[in-house]
Amino acid sequence: MALPKHASTLERVWHYTYLVICVAIFIFLIAPILVIIPLSFNAEPYFTFSDKMLRFDPEGYSMRWYDLLLTFGMQDPEAPRDGSWWADAWANAQWIQATKNSIIIGFFSTVLATTLGTIAALGLSRSEMPGRRAIMAILISPMIVPIIITATGLFFFYSSIRIQDWGVPYLGIILAHATLGIPFVIITVTATLVGFDHSLTRAAANLGADPVTTFLRVQMPLILPGVISGALFAFVTSFDEVVVVLFVGGLDEQTIPRQMWNGIREQISPAILSVATILVIISIALLTVVELLRRRSEKLRGMSPG
Amino acid sequence: MTDIAQPLTTADGKPLKSALLRAQSRARRRAFLLVLPLLAFILITFVFPIGQMLYKSVYNEGFTWQEDVTTGERTPIMTNLAAWFDANPPGTEPDEAAYAALAADLVVLRELKAPGQAGTRINYEISGSRSMFTKAARSAEKLEPPYKEALLELDKDWGNPDLWQAMRGASSSYTLNFYLAAIDRERNASGDIVMVPENRQVYVKLFTRTLTLSLLITFLTFVLAYPIAHLLATLPLRHSNLLMILVLLPFWTSLLVRTTSWMVLLQSQGVVNDALVGMGLLGDENRLQMMYNRTGTVIAMTHILLPFMVLPLYSVMRLINPSYVRAARSLGATSWTAFRRIYFPQTVPGIGAGALLVFILAVGYYITPALVGGADGQLISNLIAFHMQKSLNWSLAAALAALLLAGVLALYWLYDKLVGIDNLKLG
Repeated sequence: MALPKHASTLERVWHYTYLVICVAIFIFLIAPILVIIPLSFNAEPYFTFSDKMLRFDPEGYSMRWYDLLLTFGMQDPEAPRDGSWWADAWANAQWIQATKNSIIIGFFSTVLATTLGTIAALGLSRSEMPGRRAIMAILISPMIVPIIITATGLFFFYSSIRIQDWGVPYLGIILAHATLGIPFVIITVTATLVGFDHSLTRAAANLGADPVTTFLRVQMPLILPGVISGALFAFVTSFDEVVVVLFVGGLDEQTIPRQMWNGIREQISPAILSVATILVIISIALLTVVELLRRRSEKLRGMSPG
Repeated sequence: MTDIAQPLTTADGKPLKSALLRAQSRARRRAFLLVLPLLAFILITFVFPIGQMLYKSVYNEGFTWQEDVTTGERTPIMTNLAAWFDANPPGTEPDEAAYAALAADLVVLRELKAPGQAGTRINYEISGSRSMFTKAARSAEKLEPPYKEALLELDKDWGNPDLWQAMRGASSSYTLNFYLAAIDRERNASGDIVMVPENRQVYVKLFTRTLTLSLLITFLTFVLAYPIAHLLATLPLRHSNLLMILVLLPFWTSLLVRTTSWMVLLQSQGVVNDALVGMGLLGDENRLQMMYNRTGTVIAMTHILLPFMVLPLYSVMRLINPSYVRAARSLGATSWTAFRRIYFPQTVPGIGAGALLVFILAVGYYITPALVGGADGQLISNLIAFHMQKSLNWSLAAALAALLLAGVLALYWLYDKLVGIDNLKLG
């Protein structure tokens, strides 16, 4: 986007204005996410920068909200921080319970979504697939249908089959989250399969490999980056989902987003900001992984970026 | 020469054509079998529940059947009244026989402990009628003929023709009345469809608001996304990949986190107001109210949906050959003309894809309006949630959901026609 030498003054002015506008939009995109990170270290229970924080006075900053996350719900938070204190935190602290639930639900729904989604993507990417367009539309629809409609439908469905009496904890939420994650798996895996060279599978078959071996030894390693990014998308979808949990989750099925939702609606405290900061750091890590995977996939398929 | 006249065969002597057909159908079957588990899963855990919910929008047995919670035994209720409604056309003045039927049904309600259920069903349409049913059922056994006088003495509202119309509508399990309610219509005493009184007209207004706010948000995301998508598409890949992270990070960040940050920023004691006051741009006493109203919803949703506009625009813009614009310039076009006549028309597919996607997502948004919307920033999804959780008028919630779903699916179909679902990309 370098400006040519013969550009007129007006063009020069416009070019720099344009760059300033772009910078402003990027700030709009990123600043709201970054601004909560310093605020979560606020020593005061406010949502704005105190004078001490602006002067970079260490007294203006503290870890108290992170500490509150750990102690909230504990039986004896004042006890000396030894082994039994940590055991208490592990067993009773509400945010730790919510984290455990979120990870369990996220893990199983991701496994379900990724397995079913990858197998289906293999079928969908074959040219001989009948009714491909209509089926694809159905499989992607959980991403498009408003979440409140999905949640309402599941609420009625689960109460009519009495899923809570089946004795499998979190089952309803896991199935729902798998459904919500499937479109992401389908999209990423079919995108990887678009560039897949099918003569490789034919070569494998020609050399005597059965379809399962071909899949595991030839196809899977090549589409793995797409599968992993799909799985990460599915996990993030589950990890961030609150509406279905609110509608179909039992009282003891607290997850991180549900706890945040309650926290925001009832008594919003800077403790929410410290959760948010942790989540932002997790999403930065996930984004990095997905970016690396994407580049690796492009390299594998000979479409390396410059 | 004779060889050509004979049909081609495979090595084992079968005609090639049928062997090929068989191989193709086997390949089709195999591809379908790979998709089948997932398709079945989605049909059971997604399509069927939504269908079941939609059924609730036309089917409500609050006034027709009673189900024992413990035994699951189902008993028909209000049968006498239903028989009277069948025998008399809409608009008939309820006579003594009608009141007698009502009284007999109230006795049954009392025995089944179901007056609350029947009253609630009528209460959806005539507010305040639930207590009439519970009260009348309590003294149902003591009622003496003439029943009309007896009931009117209990509560003169039993003579209300609108109430009788509501009971007529509810006496059949299948009804379209919830759809009428969802578009601010009702049936008057003679059975004609009319608008509800002005002070109860909420839903049409809310649908309109949802559409206008979604359009506004779509437009704002377009205005903000276009320049940066253009910048990303024209920079060399090394730089644009770095800047792309600034677009993708919000995309990967939890929705609740992004909504929380906007709450923090926009509060009247929040960062933006403090900064404006600190810079002297704003007096301390007239801080801007940007939260718990429409402004909050629009700002936060524009930010949250922006990546969905940037990504399709970017993927279209990156494929535009820069030599077209250069050719236009060398033929004497000003940079504005070159942009308007050459560059912009080539980005229209990206604009269409992004705008449709953002609009579809905005129309059904729930979380952000619920948290930052306040009273006048609520969208239709929030009202569905309200009827699900607070007013417990599930049939009305289902009817509203059905209307929303119909709109979203129509847009989704359009998206598939214009853009193709295959072209949906995530980063």
